[in-house]
Amino acid sequence: MSDETLLEIGPLTKSFGGSVVLRDVSLFVRKGEFMTLLGPSGCGKTTTLRIIAGFEAPDSGRVKLSGFDVTDQPPYERDVHTVFQHYALFPHLDVAENVAFGLRLRKAPEAEIARRTAEALQLVKLSGFEGRRTASLSGGQMQRVALARAIVGRPALLLLDEPLGALDLKLRKSMQLELKNLQKRLGIAFVYVTHDQEEAMTMSDRIAVFNQGRVEQIGTPGEIYESPKTSFVADFIGGANIFSARVLPAAAGRAHLMLEDEFELDVPLDVGERLPLPGKRVRVAIRPERVKVYYKDELPFGALRLAATLKDTVFLGDACQIYLELFKKSPGRMLTAVAGGDRYAVHDDIGVPVIAAVQPEDVYILEPDDDD
Amino acid sequence: MDRALSWLLGGRRPLASHLLLAPAAAWMIVFLVLPAAGLLLLSLAKNGPYGEILWTLSLNNYRRAFDPKYLPVLLRTLGFAGGTTLLTLLLGYPLAYFLSFRAGRWRNAMLIGLMVPFWTSALVAFYSWMIILGKEGLLNAALLRFGFISAPISILYTSFSVLLGLVYFYLPFMVLPLYGSLEKIPRQYVEAAYDLGADRWTAFRKVTLPLSLPGVIAGSLLTFVPCLGDFLTAEILGGPRYYLLGNLISNQFLMAQDWPFGAALTCLLLTCLVGGLWLYRRWDDQA
Repeated sequence: MSDETLLEIGPLTKSFGGSVVLRDVSLFVRKGEFMTLLGPSGCGKTTTLRIIAGFEAPDSGRVKLSGFDVTDQPPYERDVHTVFQHYALFPHLDVAENVAFGLRLRKAPEAEIARRTAEALQLVKLSGFEGRRTASLSGGQMQRVALARAIVGRPALLLLDEPLGALDLKLRKSMQLELKNLQKRLGIAFVYVTHDQEEAMTMSDRIAVFNQGRVEQIGTPGEIYESPKTSFVADFIGGANIFSARVLPAAAGRAHLMLEDEFELDVPLDVGERLPLPGKRVRVAIRPERVKVYYKDELPFGALRLAATLKDTVFLGDACQIYLELFKKSPGRMLTAVAGGDRYAVHDDIGVPVIAAVQPEDVYILEPDDDD
Repeated sequence: MDRALSWLLGGRRPLASHLLLAPAAAWMIVFLVLPAAGLLLLSLAKNGPYGEILWTLSLNNYRRAFDPKYLPVLLRTLGFAGGTTLLTLLLGYPLAYFLSFRAGRWRNAMLIGLMVPFWTSALVAFYSWMIILGKEGLLNAALLRFGFISAPISILYTSFSVLLGLVYFYLPFMVLPLYGSLEKIPRQYVEAAYDLGADRWTAFRKVTLPLSLPGVIAGSLLTFVPCLGDFLTAEILGGPRYYLLGNLISNQFLMAQDWPFGAALTCLLLTCLVGGLWLYRRWDDQA
């Protein structure tokens, strides 16, 4: 952590009526950073956001903003604004008055209010909408007004609670890019809550993956995708085949694993990665798009060779999903591969023996497998 | 379901919609439109020397109604109705706000408590108030006991007791619409106001209060309008000195046996009330 740190929270715990919502959530956000809190519904990401905004108080843990402890400050004293999930535009005020609401409370001079309101509306491409009633706006326009209202006061930190959740897919895609550009241009740090992993990947500088009230992993989109630390992260972001493996004695810097008691794999460890003692079990993940399927023994150099039977193919349009039976002892446990093109979408192939090839560095070693 | 209803009620099958409306329409015609028409007709008739009705139509009764000797009654009535509306609003708004924002799991119990006066007959309630407020009543006894007064004071048959009775009786008419409109305000609006820098009071002033105005107006109308015609409260808790418009009308029918004049007064009152409601609706549609 450097002096660039804008927001620092943790370790936050919170429960509502006996059910624990947050368990030791800690993270920090740098100045101007786009941080996404990603996770399924009920994972605690929105509660974390509400604690940062000041709408909820944590049971324990602190919230520090620019080095100052603001945990006990009410929301109206924090230099943080929120874009609410359902926009929460004031229905009794027109567009311009909604945007100017915060400036007016600060008793800014009229001329300045007018100038900054116009500026903010221009930034979100809503110039000319000043006098419109909010009820007459489309979802996308309401979203822009909410954004203008939140950025007009130039907060150091903007909180966004699934801001694009109510928009249709096409509009959402274009808003993602626009939002990201706006964030870069203004230099405001964003804490962005979403359950959409693609959205998180597209927009974020860093992602905090939430699951059941815990932060499972924090990292750049590349780190989260390329080296997931838990099976939840591997599966939630990008999707993955998750297997169980027994640890065998291995050379330093390498892992020797027995995959589902059938395949021996020798894979390199990441720098600093630690493995349980030989004899213990770990979970491993293999991404479908990193599995190559061959009809003959023509493996690329260095690839791990897994003999399999082709069980089923599903045509997805731009890609094809292939289900491979890999294990004789547990035939129900399939290996899924994804291949581009239509070469594999041939149903005559079902039942034929094939070779699945995986590069050793594409086998991700995850958390210990607690099942034994 | 919605579709089926709109199909039934919509222009495509007017017969079906008429059939559905028929029972309500019949009820309204028999019990509202016909009596109102009869009242209008009656107001144009003439009172005979022995209280019989002479059907020589004229506007005489209306001319009589604008006699300045009734002005004090009208002003007193407006004063009591206005005062009651203001007091119920001042008492009712905090109550409705508490019910909606703060009561939590006690809300339903409190709402039922608020409704209890509705379930007791107004007559019983007012006679109970007489027992409390009278010269030898509970209130005087308590004040004497704790030394606030040295001799019983008149509380009953004062403007205070009339106002008290009116406020007591009409408070739920104010609180329920207020509660309804406060309940409809999404809590996120209040959070958004906090988020943009408004403290509790400012958020209330700038967001909650303006958004609850429809409830304020509906509650005020529901209190003010029936107050104008109320006669029981003044009769029981006020005595003859606090003779209101409602008493004037009821006396024409019950004491003076001048039904045509009573009908004319009623028609005038109804015109004012319907006019007021119509103005409110127009304002509401524009907003």
